[in-house]
Amino acid sequence: MTKEQAEVKQQTKRILNRFGRKRGNLVPILQKVQGKLGYLPREAMLEIAEFLGIPAIDVYSVVTFYNQFRLNPPGKHSIRVCLGTACHMKGGYITLDAWKRRLCIDRGQTTPDREFDLDIVACVGCCVMAPVSVVDDKPQGKVEPTKVDGILLSFKLKKEKQGKESQ
Amino acid sequence: MKTVSLTIDGKKIRAREGEKVLWAALDNGIYIPNLCALHDALEPFAACRLCFVEVEGKKQPVTACTEAVEQGMVVNTRGPGALRLARTAFELLVASLPVDCAHCPSSGSCELQKIAAHLSIKLKTKRFRKLLRELPIDYSSPLFIYDPNKCVLCGRCVWICRERLGIGTLGFAHRGFDRLVTTFGSEPISESKCLDCGECVVACPTGALAFKDRQGIKSGLGKGG
Repeated sequence: MTKEQAEVKQQTKRILNRFGRKRGNLVPILQKVQGKLGYLPREAMLEIAEFLGIPAIDVYSVVTFYNQFRLNPPGKHSIRVCLGTACHMKGGYITLDAWKRRLCIDRGQTTPDREFDLDIVACVGCCVMAPVSVVDDKPQGKVEPTKVDGILLSFKLKKEKQGKESQ
Repeated sequence: MKTVSLTIDGKKIRAREGEKVLWAALDNGIYIPNLCALHDALEPFAACRLCFVEVEGKKQPVTACTEAVEQGMVVNTRGPGALRLARTAFELLVASLPVDCAHCPSSGSCELQKIAAHLSIKLKTKRFRKLLRELPIDYSSPLFIYDPNKCVLCGRCVWICRERLGIGTLGFAHRGFDRLVTTFGSEPISESKCLDCGECVVACPTGALAFKDRQGIKSGLGKGG
C-alpha cells in the first residue's frame, strides 16, 4: 500500500469513529469522507463497506448513483458544462465534446496532472448566455469550442507567468 | 396450510394463502411472462413490468408478481389491457438491447425469445428508436462471459450472488440509462471477489451472462455477437 493510500485509510477510520454501524449512515459517512478528502478513493469505500458490514459494491452503487459523489480527485480548476434545456438547444453537448477532446478526459474525470476536472451540470440559471460553462465557479457565456481553446490558453499563459515570477 | 381456490384463464386452481398470482399460475402450468421474479426473494422486485394480468373487479391490470391470491379470484392473463402494457414494456426493453440471436450463445434458452413468442411480437421491434449502450464485454472470467449490453437489469444475478450465496460480488451502479450490473469499481470479473461458481450465469434470463464452453468461445477471442 502506498503512503497516500494508508493516509486515506487513516482519515476514513477517524471519520468512521463518529458513526454507528448502521446501513442508514452510509450517505452521511460518504458526505463527511468526501468533505475531508475531496473525493471517494477506492480504499475509503472499502473501509466504509467493512465498517458497515455491507458488500463493497453497495457503497460503489450509492456513490455512482448520486451526482454529489465523485470517484476522482478534484482538479485545481473545475469545469462544469451546462446541459440544461437552453444550453442543450444551443449545442452544450458540442461544448462538452470540445472540453473532453482538449483535456483528453471524460465527464466525471480529472486530468492526470490534476489541473482540471470536468463534469456536467443541469442548469446554472443564466440561460441567456447559453451555452454556458462554469469555470472555477464563474459562469462563462457563449462557450463554443473556440472559446474552450481561449479559456485553456488563458490558464496556460497565467501558469507560465506565475512560473516565470517564481523563478 | 391454508389454501384458497381461484380461477386463472378459466382453469380452477388451488394455491397457498398469501401466494402471489404469478407463482400460482406458473406452478399450474399457466405461463405469465416474467424476467425479474424469484420465488425465494422476500419481496418481489416488480422491475420488469412484464407479468401484467387482469383481475376481475379491478379497473387496471396488475403485476402478477405482487398480487396475492384471494379466494374466488378470477384472473385473465390474456386480457387486452394487460397484454398491451406487457408488450410496450417488452418493446421498450428490447429497444436498448442488441438483438443478434444467430450469434448468441443463449439462443434457444433465452427468456426474451420465449416472451416475444408468448406476446406474439418480434424481438426486432420497429416501434421505438434503437438506442444501444455499446459497453465493453468482459471475457476475464475463466468460466463465463459478461456482456452488459444484453443485460435487462432484472437483478436475478445480483440477488443470487448476495442473498443465496452471501458473496455480494455483483450489484447495480450508475443511474438511469447508464445503470448496469457490475462489480466494485467496475473491475473485470476476474479481479473481483467472484468465486466463479456460475450460479449467476444459470440465473441470467438472457445472454448477458453465458458460459464460455457452450460454443467454444475462447477467452478474449470470441465474437462480440
